[in-house]
Amino acid sequence: MRLTRTLQAAAAATALLLAATACGSSGGGSSATGLNPPDLKAPTKLGTSEGQVNLIAWAGYVENGSNDPKVDWVTDFQKQTGCQVHSKVAASSDEMVKLMKTGEYDAVSASGDASLRLIASGDAAPVNTELVPNYKDVFSGLKNGSWNSVKGTMYGIPHGRGANLLMYNTQKVTPAPTSWSAVFDDAAAYKGHVTAYDSPIYIADAALYLKATRPELKIKDPYALDQKQFDAAVALLKKQNADVGEYWSDYLKEVSAFKSGDSVVGTTWQVIANLAASEGAKVKAFVPKEGSTGWSDTWMIYAKAKHPNCAYQWMNWIISPKVNAQVAEYFGEAPANSKACADTSDKNFCATYHAADEGYWKHIAFWNTPIEQCLDGRTDVKCVPYAKWVQAWTEIKG
Amino acid sequence: MSLLTRTAGALHRRPRLRLSLLLTAPLLWLAVLYLGSLTVLFVSAFWTTDSFTSEVVKAWSTDNFHELFTTPVYRQVILRSIGVALAVTVLCAVIAFPLAFYTARVARPRWRPLLVVAILTPLWASYLVKVYAWRLILSQGGLADWMLKPFGLSGPGFGLSAAVLTLTYLWLPYMVLPIHTALEQLPAGLLDASADLGARPGRTFRSVVLPMVLPSLAAGSIFTFSLSLGDYITVQIIGGKTQLIGNLVYSNIELNLPMAAALGTVPVVVVVLYLLAMRRTGALSSL
Repeated sequence: MRLTRTLQAAAAATALLLAATACGSSGGGSSATGLNPPDLKAPTKLGTSEGQVNLIAWAGYVENGSNDPKVDWVTDFQKQTGCQVHSKVAASSDEMVKLMKTGEYDAVSASGDASLRLIASGDAAPVNTELVPNYKDVFSGLKNGSWNSVKGTMYGIPHGRGANLLMYNTQKVTPAPTSWSAVFDDAAAYKGHVTAYDSPIYIADAALYLKATRPELKIKDPYALDQKQFDAAVALLKKQNADVGEYWSDYLKEVSAFKSGDSVVGTTWQVIANLAASEGAKVKAFVPKEGSTGWSDTWMIYAKAKHPNCAYQWMNWIISPKVNAQVAEYFGEAPANSKACADTSDKNFCATYHAADEGYWKHIAFWNTPIEQCLDGRTDVKCVPYAKWVQAWTEIKG
Repeated sequence: MSLLTRTAGALHRRPRLRLSLLLTAPLLWLAVLYLGSLTVLFVSAFWTTDSFTSEVVKAWSTDNFHELFTTPVYRQVILRSIGVALAVTVLCAVIAFPLAFYTARVARPRWRPLLVVAILTPLWASYLVKVYAWRLILSQGGLADWMLKPFGLSGPGFGLSAAVLTLTYLWLPYMVLPIHTALEQLPAGLLDASADLGARPGRTFRSVVLPMVLPSLAAGSIFTFSLSLGDYITVQIIGGKTQLIGNLVYSNIELNLPMAAALGTVPVVVVVLYLLAMRRTGALSSL
């Protein structure tokens, strides 16, 4: 066991070394092109169900009716497949990576800032898409992305995508904001009541704002920041820190803060806005004019999963048109399955969320893992890797 | 039966064997589970991580400690954490002393056990329930705001002072109990003798009560200090944007385990220093 772990670490290290040289010579492109993950095989056929499956998911992805009796797509899955679902809600991508490394889970709904790390470390196994019949209906924009595949091999099944929104209290924040400046340059107006997402990846939100407001920095991709651009984003966030009341990573904490008025403006997810509104908070959430950061989630399977058959059945289930429509509407994201749009209870849902509008998604910068080889293709500078983002985040919070 | 008798006989004849059998289990517990895990923590602080996959690389380096001492934010957070622990300890002592004096000496003897139970009752409730209760109390327009409104004031809101307040509430019983015990055991004759010799209450307190209670006060402070130093959940829930050592450990443990270990050794060292300081007061013998 210990030996295999060491071998894996060595393999990962070699892979990175190769990735570094490959990216350097190919002149950029997406990070995944040069990534050489450990050689893992996807299964060729499914066996019998193991009777259970352990999942790591974002809040709202695995609902069995215990949060809201009307929101339940797990019970039917359990009835049909005989796989008992155990799920763990993770608050951040970092937590997902950590939980996957424990080896206790079979699958995870990883965002782009976690998926590449899981692939490179050999924790995520390639997926045989033939075994997931619903995969053929997934939007082509989500297939073979730089965040979920390596050299044409899929490492997961796309779940859905969405944007990080700006939420504000409609009674206390007037006039209604239109720009991210409400939480950056104009944050002082609501000093002590501004909130922000408590994760290093939030630095990209500041970079995205700088991309629009300070063109001289020449930011192209908020996940590919050279030292100068990175410093500017960090400086903006340190300034913002003076006006922040609290950072949130637990979605229930943000709901309670907006309900009580402790937070009145800040970044959020659609699901939080829906929850807060349903509990009586006067809030609105939208994509500001600068565009937004966002996520594109992928169900990935653990390389040494104990219940792979149930995990494959789960991946097929969660992107089946009806369930994908349910989860997308509940979470407030665009579904991955193109047929899901016919099954939404709100017939305009897919239009509202731009599910099939690839042009719209060009304005959303999906979470990615920042690495030294700039993701935007620049080769004349080195970009700041994610480990430095983590350190900087600690310093920003002070 | 005869086997049992023979074993008993053998054990009776070999006192050393008896002793070693008796001590093996607790010593294993101490050495392997407690000291062992501390050693692993300390050793892993000298490893590094792969910056991309966050796999631990077992190569010896002192980088983490170098970073710990040179990065201003770490120093700041360490000092803040020690400050919070000291503030909580002082507040607990100031509140606990009169409380314990009342329960141990002023209240009628038959009420005393009930009062002690009342002080201990909060310990039976879940930690999280109590902290979330304080989140409600201190939130915008919550109980604190409502009560202070007539005076033209508002609650402290979420932040460092809210965290100190809540931690004081959480750990108060650990301070009250040892002081209560010490005051209860204080011979009444000593107080009378002091009064007979012409000392005013203040003098009696300073020269008689305080010296005798000091070891217990120090013993209580060990609890309040070490518990506050290690806490990170309270500050996460009601500390606003405040970070303490525990939060830094928590935020590093996912991606940079060795750095988290290096940060984790800080409270260990601080508590050991605190224990050494408290040993001088005789607190450890009155625990």
